[in-house]
Amino acid sequence: MKHEILEKNVVLLAVLILAAISIGGLVEIIPLMNQKAATQPSAGLVPRTPLEVAGRDVYIREGCYNCHSQMVRSLHEEVMRYGPAGQAGESVWDHPFQWGSKRTGPDLSRIGGRYSDDWHRIHLNNPRDVVPESNMPAYRWLTEQPVDGAEVASMMRALRLAGVPYGDADIAGAAEAVAGKNQMNALIAYLQSLRAPRPPAGPQRTAAAAAASPATGEQP
Amino acid sequence: MNPLLQLSGFWHGFIVLLTLVSIAGCLWLLFANAKTPGGADTGHVWDDDLREYNNPLPRWWLVLFVLTVVFALGYLAFYPGLGNFAGRLQWSSGGQMQQQLAQVEQARSQRYAALASRPIPANATDPEARALGRGLFMANCAGCHGADAQGALGFPNLADKDWLYGGDPDAILASIRDGRAGQMPNFNALLKPEAVDDLVRTVRGWSDPALPAEVRERGMKQYAFTCAACHGPEGRGNPAIGVPNLTDATWLHGGSYESVRQSILFGRRSNMPAHRDLLSDEEIHLLAAYVYGLAEAP
Repeated sequence: MKHEILEKNVVLLAVLILAAISIGGLVEIIPLMNQKAATQPSAGLVPRTPLEVAGRDVYIREGCYNCHSQMVRSLHEEVMRYGPAGQAGESVWDHPFQWGSKRTGPDLSRIGGRYSDDWHRIHLNNPRDVVPESNMPAYRWLTEQPVDGAEVASMMRALRLAGVPYGDADIAGAAEAVAGKNQMNALIAYLQSLRAPRPPAGPQRTAAAAAASPATGEQP
Repeated sequence: MNPLLQLSGFWHGFIVLLTLVSIAGCLWLLFANAKTPGGADTGHVWDDDLREYNNPLPRWWLVLFVLTVVFALGYLAFYPGLGNFAGRLQWSSGGQMQQQLAQVEQARSQRYAALASRPIPANATDPEARALGRGLFMANCAGCHGADAQGALGFPNLADKDWLYGGDPDAILASIRDGRAGQMPNFNALLKPEAVDDLVRTVRGWSDPALPAEVRERGMKQYAFTCAACHGPEGRGNPAIGVPNLTDATWLHGGSYESVRQSILFGRRSNMPAHRDLLSDEEIHLLAAYVYGLAEAP
C-alpha cells in the first residue's frame, strides 16, 4: 500500500491505527470474558451477608485497597505466607473486585479467622495498640457511624442486577440484619468473611443461612 | 488442563487466527516496505529544497525484526499462548507453583518430622527448632502477641511465667491448635453501686497491706458472693478455664481503677483463634516449643 494513500486519508489512518492497537486486547481480554474460570463462581463461594456488604462499602470508602491487595498470586512464597492462591472465580460476585495493586500492608484475601473480632476492633481503633511498628492510619470514627439498613438493601439490589444471586427475602431482611450495627461491626464482619471458598460438603449455604451463623473469628 | 480454563472452539480459533494473522501481517508489512528502491524520495519538500529520502530499512534493523518474529513463533510453540494449545513444554504458572511447593515440602518434611517427634522441652532449647519456631511466630502470632511476645492490652504476654491456661507443653499446644475463648460475665445489674467501689479496691489491693480493713471486709463479702466461683476463694484463678489470678501484678485488660471497674461492670471477652486449619501439626509443634522456650527456657 502506498504511504501516500494513508497519509492523505486521516479517517482511514485512524481506523487502521485502531485496528492495529486493538489486536492485543482482542486476543488477551475478550476471550477471557467467555472463559468459565472467570465467569463461574468458585465452588463453595457464598454471597455476602447484608452486614458484610455494608462492611465492604466501608472498605472501599476508606480506601483500604490503596494499601491492601486481595489476591494471593500463584507463587509458592505467597501461598506459604497467605494461603491458597486466588482464583478468578472468587471475584465473580465482587463488583468492583478488590484485587488491589499495592501492598503497603499485607494481602487480606485470607485474613478471615486469623484474628479475633476484638483484635480487629482494637487494631482499627488504633493499630499501634497491638502492632507498635505499624504505620496504618487509625479509623476510630467507624464506631460512631451507624449502618443504614435501607442503603444496604439498595446496595444488594444493585448487586443483584450485576448477577449476585440474592433472593427477595435476602434483600427484605437486610435492614433487620444490620439493625443496631455500626460501621466498625460491618467492616470487621467483612474482614472475617475474607477466606478461601471451601467446596461445600453439604447443601449450599444461602445468604440467609449465613446471616444466622455469621462467620467470625470465634467460630471458624 | 483445568476444564474451567478450556476455551470453546470459537474462542480458541479466534485467538489462533488473530495471533498468527497479525504476526504474518507484521512480516508482510516489513518486506513490502523493505523493497523500496534506494535513492527515491517521498516527494515531500520543505523550505524550497529540503527533501525526505525513502531509503530501505537498515539491514541490522531488518534482521532484528525478523528475529523477534522467530522468537514469537518459538515461544508459541513451547509455551501456552495459542488458545487451548498448551505448548510443547506443558508449562503453566499453577503447575510451576505446585512444583516449587512440593520441593519446599520435600526439603522440609524430613527435618520437620524429626524435630516434631522430639518432646517440646527438648526443642525449646534447640537453636534450629527455635529459629524455625521464631519464623512461624513472627508470621502468625506477632500481630496480637507482639514481635517480642510481650503482648498488649487484652492480649497475653507469652514471655513471662504467668499463664492463663497453664504453661505446660500440652496446654500451649491446645491453645494454638484449638484456640481459646475467655469470657468474664458482666455484673452491672447484679452489684449495688456502693458495693462496686469496695470490690474494685479489694481486688486491686489484694496483696496491699495499706488497704483499710473495713473496705477489705466489705469487698471480700461481695467477692465471695459474685467472684469466688471462678476466681477461687483465694483469688488465684483457674487455669483449666483460663480465669486469671487476681493477686499478682499481671492485668490482661489493665490494672487501673477504671479498667478493673470496667471489667467487673461490663465483662470482658478474649478470643484466641484456632490454628489447626492454618498450620500443619509439625508447625504447631515447633511454635509451641518456641513459646514454651520464651518463658520456661530463656
